[in-house]
Amino acid sequence: MSSNILEINNLHKRFGEVEVLKGVDCAMQQGDVVCIIGSSGSGKTTMLRCINMLEEFNDGAIRIDGQEIGYEMRAGTRQRKSEQEIARQRALTGMAFQQFNLFPHMTATENVTLGLIKVKKMGRDEAVAVAERWLDRVGLLARRDHYPGQLSGGQQQRVAIARAIAMEPKLMLFDEVTSALDPELVNEVLLVIKDLAREGMTMLLVTHEMRFAYEVSTRVIFMNQGRIAEEGNPREMFIKPQTERLAEFLKSSAFN
Amino acid sequence: MDFTFSEFIQQFWIARGPIASGLGVTLAIAASAIILGTVLGVGVGLALAYGARPIRWLARAYTDFLRGTPVLVLVLAGYYVPSAIGIGLSPLQAGVVALAVFCSSHVGEIVRGALQAIPKGQIDAAKAIGLTFGQTFTSVLMPLALRQVLPAWVNTAAEIVKASTLLSVIGVGDLLLASQEIIARNFMNLPFYFLAGFLYFSINYAIERFGRFVERKTTIPS
Amino acid sequence: MGYTLNFAAVWRSFMPLLEGLGLSLMLAVESIAIGMLIGLVVSFALTSKLGLLRRTAGLYVTVIRNTPILVLVLFTYFALPNVGVQLDEIPSFVATLAIYSGAYLAEVFRAGLLSVPVGLREAGQTIGLSKMQIRTSIILPLMFRNVLPALGNTVISLFKDTSLAAVIAVPELTFQARKINVESFRVIETWVVVSLIYVCTCAVLAAVFRRIERQLSIPR
Repeated sequence: MSSNILEINNLHKRFGEVEVLKGVDCAMQQGDVVCIIGSSGSGKTTMLRCINMLEEFNDGAIRIDGQEIGYEMRAGTRQRKSEQEIARQRALTGMAFQQFNLFPHMTATENVTLGLIKVKKMGRDEAVAVAERWLDRVGLLARRDHYPGQLSGGQQQRVAIARAIAMEPKLMLFDEVTSALDPELVNEVLLVIKDLAREGMTMLLVTHEMRFAYEVSTRVIFMNQGRIAEEGNPREMFIKPQTERLAEFLKSSAFN
Repeated sequence: MDFTFSEFIQQFWIARGPIASGLGVTLAIAASAIILGTVLGVGVGLALAYGARPIRWLARAYTDFLRGTPVLVLVLAGYYVPSAIGIGLSPLQAGVVALAVFCSSHVGEIVRGALQAIPKGQIDAAKAIGLTFGQTFTSVLMPLALRQVLPAWVNTAAEIVKASTLLSVIGVGDLLLASQEIIARNFMNLPFYFLAGFLYFSINYAIERFGRFVERKTTIPS
Repeated sequence: MGYTLNFAAVWRSFMPLLEGLGLSLMLAVESIAIGMLIGLVVSFALTSKLGLLRRTAGLYVTVIRNTPILVLVLFTYFALPNVGVQLDEIPSFVATLAIYSGAYLAEVFRAGLLSVPVGLREAGQTIGLSKMQIRTSIILPLMFRNVLPALGNTVISLFKDTSLAAVIAVPELTFQARKINVESFRVIETWVVVSLIYVCTCAVLAAVFRRIERQLSIPR
């Protein structure tokens, strides 16, 4: 049980009156590559953002590597942890965003070293060495002194991924990282992610790339209207969907 | 006109002391008001962008009230009111405070606009790597906001220099008042008002050029 | 503190304050009306292909925008008589504020002109419209909608600048306030009330502009 990297129990999230997550459970072990698929509004991105407390959640529990995320029981009531604590817990995960969100006023190297210096308290030289190693991993060492405005979308996303994994998180979160890219740039990013998967990184991806999900993931979660509708091995799920909604979804996403 | 150019030069030479000291006072007023106003204004801007609702509401009322009031009214109020409630301020001090308060309302709006223009994704990315709000502010928000604030701030500085002329109305010995005193003696209205205008123009033009220089230097390469 | 608030003195002087506000508004309307005409013409000059026209217009705008308005007001009223241009207080102030407005409005209109896509002018030409027809039927209506926010802000700012007429003894709102202040010694009440009058008038002006924006907005 405690060998799970990620444990989500009965996760509930409301935006005002609307309940977006209606009791989601999930468990991931070291090395799992899990893809979350579903139509927009199904709650997939919200679930991801609850894991690193970019969104608050109303009920349920999330544990990363055994640690309770975001909330704890104090004096019998559920209370939010302190900002300090939550900031520290966020370093357990790394996230790559659809809009990349690179800091525009910093070079690629500086984007990567910021977290290493400020959060991991590394010295400047050590941080730069680590950053360059990861930038090389994603194939962008030659561009380490470029600013985001000087990089293509695919290059920016690769730097963003390097920024996240340089922090050596226990779990990597990918939020539709190829959706904002021109088609010819999607592949370079997928290659980097496949590479990381091969190396055993534990990853949770929200994605529309069905072929990628089919090829690379150990498990696929299909979400519909705030709940997990179907879950399993993509090689079985995609060929023989158990629920009608998944069958519809697969048809509409033109998966072969 | 009943005076010649050489007579003007002669009078100008006689008056060079008062003109220089008036110029000095003008620059001192402007600098003090800009510095005080900027410090205050950054606080107001932070309150408007990130403050809890009551603080934000207070800052909003402060800015809206000040921006709907003419600067002259602020200067006059600043001159008359403190002595009535027992605070002894010299006209110079009162004027600088009035201008600083005026400056803070503009700077507050500028800072708020710049902070709110930063895409939310930047804060998300900073959170995702584990930065606290303080770290996010110093490393990400402030540098980005600063680039947007700078041109508008330089503009505000020029406005303050222009508004400093209003202190002549409450008797502060700035460049305009010095010019008026000189004119009262030698009746050379045209040349000396023209001279004053020219000097103010030069200062503001220099500020404008400086602003463009700063803008060029801080643009992020793309 | 020894100061008790007594708004009665200000209340007694309500009529002079109202008259002062009326005069302030009148000064604003006259100056801004003339200023808009100047600004429109100058904005075309600023975007013209003729270098000399562009530079002259640019010089006018640069000089006015970098000179304190008080200096301009005093110059027009006190210095121009030296060259034979003698004006009474109100005409003098209106002339000054009109020329001052013209420079700022020219910049607003220039930005508006530049925001109209070039392709529309070409489209007008291909239909066979003359340059003047293109300007009036296509460019100006679009430009006007685009500049409304900036125009509103500038107009409100110019209204506040009418307070400077007080310095040459024009009996507008600020002048009346100073009079009441000096006569009644009710300093806090006077200035709070006068500020509120200005703030409310500006708020009304802002609401008017927002209404115009809404009325003119193109349905989408």
